[in-house]
Amino acid sequence: MRQGTETIEIVAADDAAPAIQRLAHTWMSLPGWRGWLATVDHKEIGKRYLVTAFLFLIIGGIEALVLRVQLSLPEQSWLTPETYNALFTMHGVTMIFLYSLPVLSGFSNYLWPLVLGTRDMAFPRLNAFSYWIYLLSGVFLYASFMVGHAPDAGWFSYVPYASQYSPGAGMDVYALGMLLFGISTTAGSINFVVTLLRLKAPGMSIDRVPILVWGTMAASVGNLFAVPAASLAFFMLWMDRNLGTDFFNVAAGGQPLLWQHLFWIFGHPWVYAIVLPAQGIVSDCLPVHCRRPLVGYNAVVLATLLTMFIGFGTWVHHMFATGLPPQSLSFFSASSLIITIPSAVSVFAWLATIASGRPVFTTAFLFFAGFVLLFVIGGVSGFMTASVPADWQLTDTYFVVAHLHYVLLGINFFPVIGAAYHWFPKMTGRLMNERLGKWNFWILFTGFNLAFFPMHIAGLRGMPRRIYTYSAGLGWEMPNLITSIGSFLFGVGFLLFLINVWFSLRRGERAAANPWRAPTLEWLTASPPPAYNFALIPLVASRHPLWEPQLQTQGPRSRLHEGLLLDDGHQTIATSAMNGNPVAILQMPGDSYSPLLLALALTVACLGALLLSFWTVAFGALAALLTIASWLWPHPVATRGNI
Amino acid sequence: MTAVDASPMGFLRSYGPAGDPITALQWGLLIISILVIAVIAALLLFACFRPRAHGPADAIGPEHGGVLWIVIGTAITVPILFASAVWTFATLQRVIAAPVPTYIVDVIAHQWWWEFRYRDADGNPLFVTANEIHIPVGEPISFRLSSADVIHSFWVPQLGGKTDVIPGHTNIAWLQADAAGIYRGQCAEYCGAQHAHMGLYVTAEPRREFDAWIENQKKPASVPVDEKVRQGLALFADKCSACHSVRGTAADGIAGPDLTHLMSRTTIAATLLPLNIGNLGGWVANPQALKPSALMPPSRLTPAQLQALLAFLQFLH
Repeated sequence: MRQGTETIEIVAADDAAPAIQRLAHTWMSLPGWRGWLATVDHKEIGKRYLVTAFLFLIIGGIEALVLRVQLSLPEQSWLTPETYNALFTMHGVTMIFLYSLPVLSGFSNYLWPLVLGTRDMAFPRLNAFSYWIYLLSGVFLYASFMVGHAPDAGWFSYVPYASQYSPGAGMDVYALGMLLFGISTTAGSINFVVTLLRLKAPGMSIDRVPILVWGTMAASVGNLFAVPAASLAFFMLWMDRNLGTDFFNVAAGGQPLLWQHLFWIFGHPWVYAIVLPAQGIVSDCLPVHCRRPLVGYNAVVLATLLTMFIGFGTWVHHMFATGLPPQSLSFFSASSLIITIPSAVSVFAWLATIASGRPVFTTAFLFFAGFVLLFVIGGVSGFMTASVPADWQLTDTYFVVAHLHYVLLGINFFPVIGAAYHWFPKMTGRLMNERLGKWNFWILFTGFNLAFFPMHIAGLRGMPRRIYTYSAGLGWEMPNLITSIGSFLFGVGFLLFLINVWFSLRRGERAAANPWRAPTLEWLTASPPPAYNFALIPLVASRHPLWEPQLQTQGPRSRLHEGLLLDDGHQTIATSAMNGNPVAILQMPGDSYSPLLLALALTVACLGALLLSFWTVAFGALAALLTIASWLWPHPVATRGNI
Repeated sequence: MTAVDASPMGFLRSYGPAGDPITALQWGLLIISILVIAVIAALLLFACFRPRAHGPADAIGPEHGGVLWIVIGTAITVPILFASAVWTFATLQRVIAAPVPTYIVDVIAHQWWWEFRYRDADGNPLFVTANEIHIPVGEPISFRLSSADVIHSFWVPQLGGKTDVIPGHTNIAWLQADAAGIYRGQCAEYCGAQHAHMGLYVTAEPRREFDAWIENQKKPASVPVDEKVRQGLALFADKCSACHSVRGTAADGIAGPDLTHLMSRTTIAATLLPLNIGNLGGWVANPQALKPSALMPPSRLTPAQLQALLAFLQFLH
């Protein structure tokens, strides 16, 4: 980023017209495959994140359905235990890592610069890099299936099973793939944090940003602290398996519980990181369909931040049965109960928003309202498992499987599908079909509850999780059969969603700039937005710039039809972190191959580590260093036109 | 415990002081949870469908207002959480206060079966058995949990909560059954290919029957001298003794279950199959067909050899 020192001129819309062609030319990616590989446009990257995450969702979903066929009846031998164990592991890894966060990063990448009233993320090339390395980490993890040794130790891969007993190279693939994935998450998180602190439109003070931004911000800050623990743990695991270290080897004085602490110090904050942005989506979109602003903006923002903060003090609730001393169990039990309070604040804020608004029963609204109920069901089962003695019975049963699916599907998947209906017109210029949407919602909602509610019962009847089959006569047959039927219904519901996307892309009703008559800045620009997002960067004076006439806001109004032109190259405005005062003009980078090359180089290094070919590691590392050097090499800034 | 229990692993019923306070807490939390879901669902329906006066189509409600919902909702939530926390801590205190045990059992978890080493109250070793234990009704028994390989979890739901079994790290659990009966348990921590088939049974019986069981278990095997049985014994020594022990014979392997009193159990393969001659024969011939990836290899015996081996095993009462 380069800072300019020009004085900034506020331009009216009519006067900007001649500059628009120039803006379009400047911000457009290279044509053809070169642009496809080199683009740094946050909207392209966001859409790629979304498509890739949905592909992984489909793969993970098919894995789940295969598992459900095996479990639909007792004593089935459709799958061998080894296949079942690899599939449940990859299902978890896929959904928790390759789908849950990336799908939210997709929305955030696409939306952040638009809702913040700017032209790109703070580090566009880093943004492209975080996508490429996410894609490559996913391909890397799935390549394990091709070589016949998928990871089989569950997504939390307890040692010493994962370090000494798991056959084949599956766990090595998992460990190295998670290192790559951690790099992606870290790069993405840094980008979100800096973007919020630097790239808001002028006048957009920190208390005027949408809650999606707060949610992603909390998740990103959380990830910056949490991911290092996972990267360290996975690196130690790889060293134990390949270099003869003994971090987890009991025979040599290693400690299996060290893995559990490191993993859950990461794993629990991660769980909040994959739901808080989705809650932010609901906090922003639900009010649009209720025709009023969110009730209790400040309370919900504080609840979001508190949840992430307390989320770092709850990891031991995954370890209540490990024999830790009762004093520490009590502490973590208390913190796990306390974290319910901010969730309650958010739930009542959403209820109040619906109750005191005038809900329009759009498909998006149904998904958000349905989410509130699923969130509460997932919340209370979490409340039960937070109680140490109760958890001694509940943990590692299907009750926990029910809980985590209510939480992850309820709080991530339902808002995501609602968000797809909500922002599809912005991304594509066409509305999704509402009639199909209603069917879509009701089938998904019914299928979901049919699939996952009986898991509570199976759990209370003592069915342990992660068993590839079970005996008749234990009271588990009926809940499992219903779950299997429900999961296929859920699959049908998702298929309907995909059909709706496919159909609407071609035949959907054309959308204007603001089809929902929503209040935030992404709806100010055209649908779909031009490459430069805003011809004029608006000047913001309230939390709901597009609703100011109806809300009859006191004081100065936002200036939406005049603003900063900034057409001398890839320019946007930097503002102060708290108040959004303009501080500098930024020169943003354009298309670059470096992000893709760096991601490839790091993947080659990991491949070398997998094959224990240290020459390959060295080659990958050297290529990475050269790419970084070229990335950081000062390029002359292309300027066009006059100042 | 009733004779036929529709869900023998269900823990909303329990039969001993290590489990009962947890069961009460579990019910309490479950009822609170169901009430919360019902109230929120009702509020959600009310919020969606409450009667509203007609207004202009493009009206946007004011930003203030509605905060009372958050205040009242949170004000109701907090005391419920506080009370639940207090109940949690009180329950924790009650169930961790283990009474002085009458027997100590070392539990050594293996992929994918349970080894039990009985000790008297002073800690002196008595005997070794596998997968099925007997305990006297109304007496606390202490379990010292360790693992021979990976992490497992020791769990008999109707007698109490689970405790992880972690290599290099001895955990303590205690159980007491106040009603006679057979309680089912199962490994609860994923431990590899056959995690699904790592069950155990706890038979709680009146003291007299229990004492008789103990006395029998303490004895070495007594095998009659019969040509076929002797042939079976020799085969056992040749093919099985690397992993299995039978006290009173030369077989002293420790990798697999102690078989001294095999026929006093009701199941084989960690409760996978009822113990009868057919299942035993099938298991010995090829365990991989019944429990794929189990660590016991196929025996590759001729039918005559298998008959001889089974003849021997049937005397291990």
